[in-house]
Amino acid sequence: MNELLLVVAIAGERVALPADAVESVVELDTLIPVPRAAPHVAGLSALRSRVLTVIDCMRSIDLGTTECSDGIREAVVVELDGHHYALLVGLVEDVVEALSEPSPVRAAMGPGWERIAKGMVETENGPLLVVDVAALISGLEAKAA
Amino acid sequence: MDDLIADFVAECREMLEALGGEIVAWEAQPGDRARLDSIFRFVHTVKGNCGFFEFPRLEALSHAAEDALADVRAGRREADGALVSAVLAIVDRIGEMVAAIEAGEDFPVGDDSLLIAALAPGAEGPATPLAGALEGNGKAAAAPRTIRLSVELLDRVMSTVSDMVLARNELARRLRESPTDVPVDGAFERLSSIIAEMRDAITRTRMQRIENLFVGLPRMVRDLCADLGKQVLVDIEGGDVELDREMIEMIRDPLTHIVRNAVDHGIELPADRLKAGKREIGILSVSARQSGNQILIDIHDDGRGIDGTKLVDKAVASGLLDKAAADALSPRDQLALIFEAGLSTAKQVTAISGRGVGMDVVRSNIERIGGIVEVDSRLGEGTRMTLRVPLTLTIIPALTVSIAGQHFAIPRSAIEEIVRANGESVTLERLGGAGVATIRGRRVPEVSLADILGLKSDVPEAERRLVVLRASGGDVYALSVDRIHDHEELVVKPAAPAVMATGLYAGTTLADDGSPILLFDANGLAEVGGVKLEVQERGSRIAEAATSEASKLTAVLLFRGLDGGRRALRLAVVDRIEEVAAAAVRDAAGQLRVQVGEAILPLAGTTAGELGEGKVRLFRLNDGSHEIGYAFAEVIDFAVIENDVIHAASPGEIGGVSLINGEPAEIVDAHWLFANHVGSFARPSERMVCRLPSDDPWIQNMLRPIVEAAGYCVVGEGDEPADLVIASRGADIADDAARETIWLRSEAKAAGKKDESIYRYDRAGLLMALKSAGAGRGK
Repeated sequence: MNELLLVVAIAGERVALPADAVESVVELDTLIPVPRAAPHVAGLSALRSRVLTVIDCMRSIDLGTTECSDGIREAVVVELDGHHYALLVGLVEDVVEALSEPSPVRAAMGPGWERIAKGMVETENGPLLVVDVAALISGLEAKAA
Repeated sequence: MDDLIADFVAECREMLEALGGEIVAWEAQPGDRARLDSIFRFVHTVKGNCGFFEFPRLEALSHAAEDALADVRAGRREADGALVSAVLAIVDRIGEMVAAIEAGEDFPVGDDSLLIAALAPGAEGPATPLAGALEGNGKAAAAPRTIRLSVELLDRVMSTVSDMVLARNELARRLRESPTDVPVDGAFERLSSIIAEMRDAITRTRMQRIENLFVGLPRMVRDLCADLGKQVLVDIEGGDVELDREMIEMIRDPLTHIVRNAVDHGIELPADRLKAGKREIGILSVSARQSGNQILIDIHDDGRGIDGTKLVDKAVASGLLDKAAADALSPRDQLALIFEAGLSTAKQVTAISGRGVGMDVVRSNIERIGGIVEVDSRLGEGTRMTLRVPLTLTIIPALTVSIAGQHFAIPRSAIEEIVRANGESVTLERLGGAGVATIRGRRVPEVSLADILGLKSDVPEAERRLVVLRASGGDVYALSVDRIHDHEELVVKPAAPAVMATGLYAGTTLADDGSPILLFDANGLAEVGGVKLEVQERGSRIAEAATSEASKLTAVLLFRGLDGGRRALRLAVVDRIEEVAAAAVRDAAGQLRVQVGEAILPLAGTTAGELGEGKVRLFRLNDGSHEIGYAFAEVIDFAVIENDVIHAASPGEIGGVSLINGEPAEIVDAHWLFANHVGSFARPSERMVCRLPSDDPWIQNMLRPIVEAAGYCVVGEGDEPADLVIASRGADIADDAARETIWLRSEAKAAGKKDESIYRYDRAGLLMALKSAGAGRGK
C-alpha cells in the first residue's frame, strides 16, 4: 500500500500533504485574529468544541498572504503534538497515491519552499512536492531560532 | 499501601489477560522472540513489585522464571516444550496468587519448589496442574470496586461536559435576552446546578493526588543508590496536591529523569561528600505545592551542583553558541543551557542517565503541557529543579472584555477590581508616555490593552474601563479595555505553541456562540505591556545570586499584621488559622491571651488596643509542645524567602527583614515568640531584672521584647528588687523602684539639653541605655 497524499494548492503551486497527517478538510467561517502572534498564525477558528489554530501557509513560506476576503476559506485540519491546526490552502484538489518514496529535489527551489519541502514523489499526475506539515506550522521564526 | 497493592493487582491482572493469548502462541512456537519478551516482562514486573510488597513466594516464583527466561533470551538455552510448560505453570500460579491477594485471602497452599525445579534444564516433565487452581476465582473482591477506563473515553466525557457547559452558557444568554417566566428560570437554574455538579464530579475523575507520582521514587532512588554506591535520603512533601491525571502521566517521565540525574550526577559518592564537608548521606527532597494557577514541583539535591561555565564551554565546543554570545550569558542563562539538546556535563555516559535522552526532552515534555522547567544551582551545594505545571486549565471563571470589537477573557483570579476610567476616585495621568492610574489614592501602572495588542480602539480613553489586575507576584497594574462583558465559566484549553509564544495568552476557550476567545495571562500582559513587575526583577536577582543559599529556601506565610505591616511567618510553625471574637482576647496573667475553644493561648502580634470590636483572625503557632496565637489582619500569600534576610540588630518579635515577592516583609522570629510567650516562666533568675510598668501596653508589648532581648528579666510592679526601671516620662514611679531609671518620651525631639529621656522609638539609644545600665551593675 503506497502512501496517500492530499493534493492542495499553496501559492498557486500544487503540493502534497501526507494524508495520514490530515484529519479533515473544512471550510472555516470564523477567524479570530491572535494579536501579537507570529505573522503566519492567521488566527483561531472553531470546529465544534475544538479550537483550531489557523496557519496561513503562504505566509509560512513567505510568499504573501492567502486571499480570503470572500469569506470561505478552505483549510486542512491536522494535529501536531496534541494541538489542532487548520492550514489555510488555496484549493484542495484530490487524494493521490504516491508511486515512489520521497526523493530530494535537486533543483534550486525558492527559499520558503526549501524549508518546508520533504522531498519529491512520483504520482500518476507527475511529480509532486511533499510538504513537511510541522515546518509549515512552525513558520519562519522557528527556523531563525 | 492498600492502594499500591490494588494497583499491583490490577496491573498483574491486566498483563495476565494480555498474556493469555501470548502464552498459547508461545507454546506453539517456543522460538518466537516477541512472545518470549512479553512473558519475560511480565515475570520481571511481578518480581520487581513483590520484592517491594514482601510476597516472598511470588518473588521466588517470578525470580526463577525470570532467570530461566533470561537464559533463553541470552541464547544460553533453547526454549523447549518442558521449559514452556514450566513457565506456564508458574504464570498460572502467579495468577492464582494475585487472585488471592485481590480477594484478601491467604495464598493457596502448595509447594512452589516443584514448579521451580521444573524450570531446571532437563527437568522431568511439566508440573502438574494444581489442585484448586481456579476454584477461588469466582468470589468477587470485597475491596472498593474500581474499574479501569481508557483515557480516551474519559476525555470524551470531559469534552462532552465541556460542550454541555458551552450549551448552557448559550442557553443562559438566550434566556437573558428574551423575557421568560419563573418556571422556565427555575428549571434552568436546576439544570445549571446539575451541570455544575456533574462538572465537579468529572473534574474529580480527572484529578489525582500527586502522591501517585512520588510513591515510586524512594524505591527507585534506593535501587539507584545500590547500583552507584551512594547514600541518598529521599524527602517527599506535598503529596496531597491534586493534578490532572494526564498531567501526572506527562510529568512522570521528566520527574523520573530529573531524579535519576540528581542521584547519578548531582549527589556525590559518600567519600567525596565527606571530603567536601557534607554529610555522607545526600538529601533529595521532592515537594509539590500549589501556587495560584500552577503546581510547583521542586526537586532539590544537595549534591555537587551544575557548573555553568563548563556548560558554556561545552556549548561553545559543540557549536551551539559562539564565543561572544557565550560571554554575554548570565549565570542563570548558563544553567539553562542544560536544557539544550546534546549537552551533558557528565564525564561519562552511565547506565543510569546521560544517554542522550537529556534535559531537552524533559523540557519539551513539560512545555507540551504548558509548563516550565527552571533550574537553579550552586556549585558544590546542590541543584534545584522546579517544574511549574499549569493547574488543569479546564474550567476557570473568567471575565470577558473586548477591545476593538474582539473579545478576550481574563482569569477572574487575577482580577482585583474593575473601575471606570472616568470614575470619581480614578485619575489617569501620563508620565513620560507611561500611564499611571490613581485609584483611591493608590498609584498603579496603567497599560492600554489596545496598545499591547496593537489594535485600534474606537472608545475614547475616558470611557474605557480599568481592570485592576494582580500578577502572580502580588504586583498590581491597571489594564484599560473598551468594554466589560460578562463573568463566565470558561472551558479553557491550552493554545498552540505559536500562540503561546506571544507570552500574552494562557489558553483558548470558546464563547457562547462557539467562536474562539483567547484567555490572557496577567503576568504576560504586564510583561509585554512594559509594566515593570517586581517579580521580574526578583527573577533576575535570583539569577545573579543563584539563590545565595539554594538549600535554605524557607517557605513562609506572607500576611498583613494588624498594624498593616507586611510580615512573614515560617510556614512550618503555623498550625492553622482561627477566627475568634475580639472579646476572647484578654490581658491576663501578665500577657495577652486568647481563648480558642477550650484552650487559652498566649497571644502575640497585637496589643490590646488594636483589636477593637468584632472578629480577630489569628494563626495558631505550634512548636511541638506549646501553642501560641498570633493575630493578623489578612493572609497575603504563600512565598519563600529567596533573598538575603537582614537580621534585626537584636532578637525580637521581628527577626529580620527580607524582600519577599519583591516587597520588604518583616520576618517574625517564631523562636523568639515562643521563648517570650511560653518560655518566660522558665527564665533563669540570675539575669538582671528590669521593672516595666505592667499597665502600659506599649511598654509591655513593644519595649519589653527589646528589654528582654538585651538580656533582662522583666518584672512588673512588686517588691522584688530590680536593676532598672523604664517608664514613660511623667509617670509616677517609686523612688526605690530600681537602681537606675530610663525615661522614655513620646516626642522625637528632646525637651531641652537637660532632658535625658530617650525617644521611645530611638532603638539605638534605648539599646545603648540598656547596655550601660547593665554595665552599671558590675561597678
